[in-house]
Parts: sequence; C-alpha cells; structure tokens
Amino acid sequence: MAQKYEPKIVALICTYCTYTAADMAGSMRLQYAPNVLVVKLLCTGKVDVIYLLEIFRAGADAVMVSGCEVGDCHFLEGNLRAKERVAHAQALLDEAGLGGGRLEMFHIGASDAPQWAEAVKMMTRRALEMGPNPLRAQRPLAEAAALEEPRA
Amino acid sequence: MIVAQRKPFAEIAQSVSGFNRVLVAGCGTCVAVCLIGGEKEAGILASQLDMGAQIKGDECTFAVACVERQCDREFLDELAPQVAEHEAVLSLACGAGISFLAERFSDTPVLAGVNTSFIGINDDVGVWGERCRSCRDCLLSLTGGICPQALCPKGMLNGPCGGASEGKCEADPLKDCAWALIWERLENTGRLSNLEPIVAARDHADNLPGAQVHPAYERRYSAHE
Repeated sequence: MAQKYEPKIVALICTYCTYTAADMAGSMRLQYAPNVLVVKLLCTGKVDVIYLLEIFRAGADAVMVSGCEVGDCHFLEGNLRAKERVAHAQALLDEAGLGGGRLEMFHIGASDAPQWAEAVKMMTRRALEMGPNPLRAQRPLAEAAALEEPRA
Repeated sequence: MIVAQRKPFAEIAQSVSGFNRVLVAGCGTCVAVCLIGGEKEAGILASQLDMGAQIKGDECTFAVACVERQCDREFLDELAPQVAEHEAVLSLACGAGISFLAERFSDTPVLAGVNTSFIGINDDVGVWGERCRSCRDCLLSLTGGICPQALCPKGMLNGPCGGASEGKCEADPLKDCAWALIWERLENTGRLSNLEPIVAARDHADNLPGAQVHPAYERRYSAHE
C-alpha cells in the first residue's frame, strides 16, 4: 500500500531571531505541522545557493530560510544576502524543473512565535500542493538512506 | 580580466543530452572572479543539471572539477584522469580555456557552458564593465585612459560621431559618450593637444589569430623554425 505523503521540510534559521521564535512557539504550546526539520545557523548570511540545491538533491520537499526582520540582522545584512541568494536559487530550481516555489525566504523576529508557526503551516500546505520532491523518487534507496543517517 | 556569462540552462542541458557521464570543469581564475565559472559555480551547475536529468528520467551523472587555469597546459594536465572517466566535458572557462581544453583532450567532446563577454573590470559587487577590445593597437595614452574602441559602439577613433547629444550616446542615451569622457579627462589634465594628430583607420585585414612570443624566449623558439 502506498504511504501517505508527508512533506519533509528543511528550515535554515537564524539563531538570533527565528530560532528564538521557534523556541518560544514551543513554550507557548503553539500547534504547527511536525514536518519541519530545523537547522540552526549563526546567521542566514551563511546560506549559500549550493546548500539549498543540495538539500533538494538530498530529498527535501521544501526548504525555508528564515532570518531576522529587514534592518535587524545581528550581522547587519546577512538576512538581505540570504534573501538575494534564495531568489537566485528559486530561479535555478525553476530552470531545473523542480519549481522555485519549493523554496521560500521569511523574516521572523525573535518575538514572533505565531508568525513562525504560521510560516511552517504555509510551507507545509505548499509542499502538499506541489507534491513529493521528484528527485527523491529517482534516487536509489541505499544512497537516500545514507543521506538520511544522522552524523556522529 | 575576462568576463563571461553563463549560457541559458536549457541550452546547456540540450548540449549535454545524449552523454551519460559528464565532467563539469570550472576554471579558478577570471571566470571564478566574475562568479560564473569557478569551483562553486561548477558545483551549482552540476547540481542543477543533475536535478533536471533526474526529473526527466535521464541516467546522466555529473562530476565537478576545477583547475587553476584552463588556459595553461600544466593545469589542464591535472584534469586528465577525470576526463578519461567521462564521456564529455562541460567547460565553464572563457573561450580560450574551452578551446585549449578541447585541444588538449581532442578525443573527448568538450562543450561550452558560458558565453565569453569581454575584457573588463569589476565596477562594483557583482557588476563588471568592458574596458578593452584587445585590438592590438592601444590608444589609451592618447585618449586619457578611456578606450574609444571598447566604449564607443561605433569605435570612433578621432572624436565623437554626429549622434552624441549632451554628452550621451545615441546608441544608448543612458550611457555617456566615450568621446565626451575622453575630452573631459584630457581637458582636466591639460592634454587636449593629444587629439590633434589624426589617428589612422584600423587595418582590419590584420585579422589572423594572435600569437606572440615574449622577447626573452625568442631565441628558444626561433631555434625550432
């Protein structure tokens, strides 16, 4: 029997803002889809186009990048650089046929826990609408499993 | 440095179709500096091509390599083992690098991933501008360091054409007329007399491929003639 499609969403988020918001969402017992895997970064300025593409090649159905609100970056403009790189990666994903809509940039401040919960719900809905990442279906199982193994 | 632009993805994907193992070869010099064909860009393109191939159900695999310069034989030699394992090489070097790679590995199809744009400078972050047409007869001493060949769409050698208006170019009114810039710079530095001699028309018959030997090496290479 075919398994129900549960999107895998990877969120690259900034420790100074969105990570704090996500932490607060937990403290506030806010409910949101459990499909998101959080990767904490010191700044979304660390995000590079190749990271984004490789996350999709590893099988993610959608990717969120969430940094500080515009003008609030701890490192001044890391979030603005991330925004430009996300836009570039969206264009590359469109060209490759995967769909740039699977990737989105957010700006969520440290006190905006409800906004984080809403962003995850929105990306989960979008990933459900767009369907499973077609690359996951193509990848040999052994290779996909190796990618999913947690690192020591 | 040499500035290039990546070819449209559809054109690149079309050029590699039919090959099962493709090596995407970056070049670590000019095209890396202009963020088009270095190691990182080669990785991005390989990743993108791999996605496109998987979605289409193609079996093709893409590997990435990058050498310091594809226009030097010593660096190209480093690629030999990887080239031998692939059916085709997609080069992200400038035209010189691509053609030298194709010459060095003449049994392997070599494909171009970029269009070479010009010899230029870095104007700002992510912005490059043409400054030289490599015309082999440099006028920059006379023209205050502003090249009328590269910056004037008509390549005027002895002053502006009749189309310039208020210091702007008729081909692109947003751009300054090269000759207005030349006049202004020479006037500011008291060298307007530079413009008095007439510069002879260029000899376009001299269109053979360029080749040169450094004077210090002339004896070495003349021995073979």
